[in-house]
Amino acid sequence: MSKRKPYTREMKADWWRKDSFFTMYIIREGSSLVIALYCFMLIAGLFSLTQGQSSFETWLGFISHPITIVFQVLTLVWTLYHSYTWFQLAPKAANLWMGEKRVPDSWIVNAMYAALAGCSALGLIILFL
Amino acid sequence: MAEIMKMSILRYRPETDEKPVWQSYDVPYNHETSILDALGYIKDELDPTLSYRWSCRMAICGSCGMMVNGQPKLGCKAFLRDYAGGELKLEALANFPIERDLVVDMSDFIAKLESIKPYIITQEPRSLDDGCTTQTPKQMEQYKQFSMCINCGLCYAACPQYGLDNKFTGPAALALIHRYNNDTRDQGKAERMKFINEEAGVWGCTFVGNCSVVCPKGVDPAAAIQLGKVESAKDYVIQMFKPGE
Amino acid sequence: MSRSHEPIFWGLFGAGGMVAALILPIFIVITGLLYPLGIIPAELLAYDRIFAFASSWWGALILLVVICFPLWLSLHRLYHCLHDFKIHAGVRTQTVFYGIAYTATIASIVLVLVL
Ligand code: SF4
Ligand code: FES
Repeated sequence: MSKRKPYTREMKADWWRKDSFFTMYIIREGSSLVIALYCFMLIAGLFSLTQGQSSFETWLGFISHPITIVFQVLTLVWTLYHSYTWFQLAPKAANLWMGEKRVPDSWIVNAMYAALAGCSALGLIILFL
Repeated sequence: MAEIMKMSILRYRPETDEKPVWQSYDVPYNHETSILDALGYIKDELDPTLSYRWSCRMAICGSCGMMVNGQPKLGCKAFLRDYAGGELKLEALANFPIERDLVVDMSDFIAKLESIKPYIITQEPRSLDDGCTTQTPKQMEQYKQFSMCINCGLCYAACPQYGLDNKFTGPAALALIHRYNNDTRDQGKAERMKFINEEAGVWGCTFVGNCSVVCPKGVDPAAAIQLGKVESAKDYVIQMFKPGE
Repeated sequence: MSRSHEPIFWGLFGAGGMVAALILPIFIVITGLLYPLGIIPAELLAYDRIFAFASSWWGALILLVVICFPLWLSLHRLYHCLHDFKIHAGVRTQTVFYGIAYTATIASIVLVLVL
């Protein structure tokens, strides 16, 4: 008869709190929470725009409320953390070559930061147009 | 003069223990002492009942994987000097059933490695007269790092998705698929795409990325899996235009 | 062995991840800091200006990209988070999660069209 009695350690639902690497992973995924709420806020703005001027101004008042500002600052920080992780992992999903040499990871990461700067500048230009 | 390290080891003796229990040992060490050396000291001098696996002592056989202060490491490649001033907690490799003390049951991992056809497949058998196959450095670079895997299982211990659901094919096996699919000598990609395309294939991965951090051989399974997702997505689009397959 | 349909959602997730990482931050800076704190003139977000922007084809396109893709990113991640938290989710939950992104996408398209 076999003397084997393998012991399985159960993974608890709070496994991600035990290790900082996993905690950062959950924080990365958690950015989607505020990003979704922010997008709904923009949809509300779009809706108010279809309802005429006074309705849109109510929305402008809403986004200027201190609580909404705090929420948006939180969203900004959390979204930028998403950007950071997204850029960091981008080279892994790309297999780019220049002739016989692989494009260095740092080039891809830097290109992503440049793109973020470019999009942000473009956004401001369009705003002032 | 040797210093002393307190080492706590999660013991499990299936014939007497209901569940694993911690046991501590004081182990003298110097600059050269690896964790595997320290386990040898415990077994020879303090407690002959301790069980653990090892063979090569040089990070090539892949048998000495264990959790060192919560991180998957090779016992022969981790040194006590790096934990000086602290305490060491050793535990069997996470996400695998404990067989005894630091020994785990790896059969699921091995079965997965075997299942994905980890060998070069050719449509026509080649004869010696065909001569050798040449590869450019660039062609070799496509798969070389993924062929360095020593099947130690550290990446499975580092992967929460495998821990949550062991139906997931997992990092090393998916990296191995990538290794053969991207070898110009191989013609078995179509057969292996089936394993990639599954829910339990690359799609079981949420890109936690820890597998690539812990790999002792510099393999980047997370990259292999992301590139596998790209391949699988292409394959998905292609099959939409090929009804009846 | 069955093929997963994940590539569709993964494609939308990838596009959303890009948009959220590159374009969303400046939107949040404008609506969350520059405008409410009065750093830029309030007229820049005046009804007429924004209306003109959102009714132009390119303005509408920018808004749709910025609103819809990040929602696919978010609901994809939130759905997979359920599994990470050991909450067993079936097809019904999956339909609800992606359904939210789908409905919001359609709603946004309708809104820019009626403008
Ligand atoms: S990929 Fe690295 S960590 Fe995973 S089994 Fe192979 S050598 Fe070990
Ligand atoms: S003993 Fe062979 S890898 Fe450690």
